[in-house]
Amino acid sequence: MAGPVLAVDNLATHFFTRDGVVKSVDGVSFEVKPGEVLGLVGESGSGKSVTGFSILGLIDPPGRIVGGSIQLNGEELVGRSESEMRKVRGKSLAMIFQDPMMTLNPVLRIDTQMIEAVLAHDAVSEKAARARAAEALGMVGIPAPEERLFAYPHQFSGGMRQRVAIAIALLHRPSLIIADEPTTALDVTIQSQILAEVQRICAESGTALVWITHDLAVVAGLADRVAVMYAGRIVEQGGVDDVLDRPCHPYTQGLIGSVPGAHPAGARLHAIPGSTPSLKHLPQGCAFAPRCTRADAACAVAPPITMNQGRAYRCFHPAAQAGASA
Amino acid sequence: MSELLRLTGISKRFTKSVDLAGRIANVLGAKNVPRVVHAVDDVDLVVSAGEVVGLVGESGCGKSTLGRVIAGIHPPSAGAVFWEGRDINAMDAEAQKAFTLGVQMIFQDPMSSLNPRMRAGEIVGEAPRVHGFTDAQGQRAYVDALFQQVGLDPEYKQRLPHQFSGGQRARIGIARALAVKPRLLVCDESVAALDVSIQAQVLNLFMDLREQLGLAYVFISHDLGVVRHIADRVVIMYLGRVVESGPRAAIFGTPQHPYTRALLENVPRLDARKRRFVTVKGEIPSPLDPPPGCHFHPRCPHAGPRCSREVPVKTAASQGHIVACHLADGGVD
Repeated sequence: MAGPVLAVDNLATHFFTRDGVVKSVDGVSFEVKPGEVLGLVGESGSGKSVTGFSILGLIDPPGRIVGGSIQLNGEELVGRSESEMRKVRGKSLAMIFQDPMMTLNPVLRIDTQMIEAVLAHDAVSEKAARARAAEALGMVGIPAPEERLFAYPHQFSGGMRQRVAIAIALLHRPSLIIADEPTTALDVTIQSQILAEVQRICAESGTALVWITHDLAVVAGLADRVAVMYAGRIVEQGGVDDVLDRPCHPYTQGLIGSVPGAHPAGARLHAIPGSTPSLKHLPQGCAFAPRCTRADAACAVAPPITMNQGRAYRCFHPAAQAGASA
Repeated sequence: MSELLRLTGISKRFTKSVDLAGRIANVLGAKNVPRVVHAVDDVDLVVSAGEVVGLVGESGCGKSTLGRVIAGIHPPSAGAVFWEGRDINAMDAEAQKAFTLGVQMIFQDPMSSLNPRMRAGEIVGEAPRVHGFTDAQGQRAYVDALFQQVGLDPEYKQRLPHQFSGGQRARIGIARALAVKPRLLVCDESVAALDVSIQAQVLNLFMDLREQLGLAYVFISHDLGVVRHIADRVVIMYLGRVVESGPRAAIFGTPQHPYTRALLENVPRLDARKRRFVTVKGEIPSPLDPPPGCHFHPRCPHAGPRCSREVPVKTAASQGHIVACHLADGGVD
């Protein structure tokens, strides 16, 4: 049994701003096995994107990784120099952003950008690089890839641009792709096309995937495992069926209760009261306690991670069905 | 239920006229013509008092433009708007004012629809004072009541829009719309930018207001989950045309149009695990150059020769359930 592709242990990424320290990611641990899809779910400001950026070493000052370790295929990434990170990035580790124009240079043709990405890591001829680029475009379902290589990014539609970004991520057959809300800006039918391609590619090539999103329903259809983040911490993680059907943490329960599709039409949604706390003024103890119906005096201390039958959660009062033995 | 708003044959065209370079080229014999986008094409719609109509479609389908026509922001290029049975163009000034105040709009992005230099209390309190719903003395109490109605602390009246969270800004936008006692709210993607837990709070607020005030809504969204939750009737649009409309149960239970079916199949659902995503082929065509006949035919799995020739007419599939597809109207051949 091979080890995990990615092992994040107790990762902490803080931003040192003039108004104080923002603990965007604070003690996050998870693993991703080869070929596995992990859904990293959270609302805005939960630290899910910062987690993804930390793994790629893309945290700029005033932010920095202050603790923990990130191991990719057994090699430590935290503390590497920029030039060492560049050897990993795009080669064995790739990222897909929400806005494909973050990946694509608007003034360069697609072929220039893709061939550059191939040659950055492999010493091949330009002809071979072009063939690889065309092959990657074909893989993500772009018709007539050889001709489309000559196009500029603005000549593609939003969905097609995202496909190009995915093709660039796939160029070196990375062992892990981190996808940060890549379908959020797309229409439903286009989102489905992209999800279908991603699902097929990951199954065929054994690429592991961390899918960062706020949309639980997308995760339900795509992921093997789910990690739910709140205020910089993973509050619950486990298999997709376990977490979505039998959530332990009150925040996970609240999130699921907030999705309109899970209710009979017209019924009141079980909204979570209040709003997400500012990361600058996090409450002592459990960050969710002020919004939680089950909070009591015990919650003034930050709850440790409880492991229970392959699931992990941070809560003193987990839901009864899973918490009986905890 | 009495009829509140009726649209008949509404079209909205946007024309991009030929620019100077083009006109000079025309003098020299080029053939540049103005480009026309049919944003909304021959749409009929009825909203009854107290009813929630969901308007669904993907980008470029004209749902926002239609919302703006309803709210009176865009005048329609063709067709007529009836408010409580009277054509708004044939109304006297007083009735026209009742229409403009009676339909209020709530926008997607509260940050770009709230004046960043005005305090929340002024934003909400300005319109009711101008239109005589309250006077300078009563304004404070009037605004306080509105704030409480949408679940905001009246203490926050002195704050500026940037000092609120996204959910609170959405509530200010709602309070502003409610301030002139409307009967119909046009919500254009009003919850799309909010986090799920906040979105649920705002949807609950919409449903409470409907119950308390008997409001009707035109709820514009790309999110079928939200629309299924809140709407009584659903209208599906594609490239400016209504392809299907009907009661919620009919649209979600027995969808007739291939596009509606494709949309429903493509919606991610919590209970669909590790699913295989079935896809509609192709992209949404440009509204500048829509395909002939049925706009959906290049992507439709059932398309036949008739689909690229003839524009499908609206046929009734059942009571109140209307579909514009050749499959429901004698076949595709």
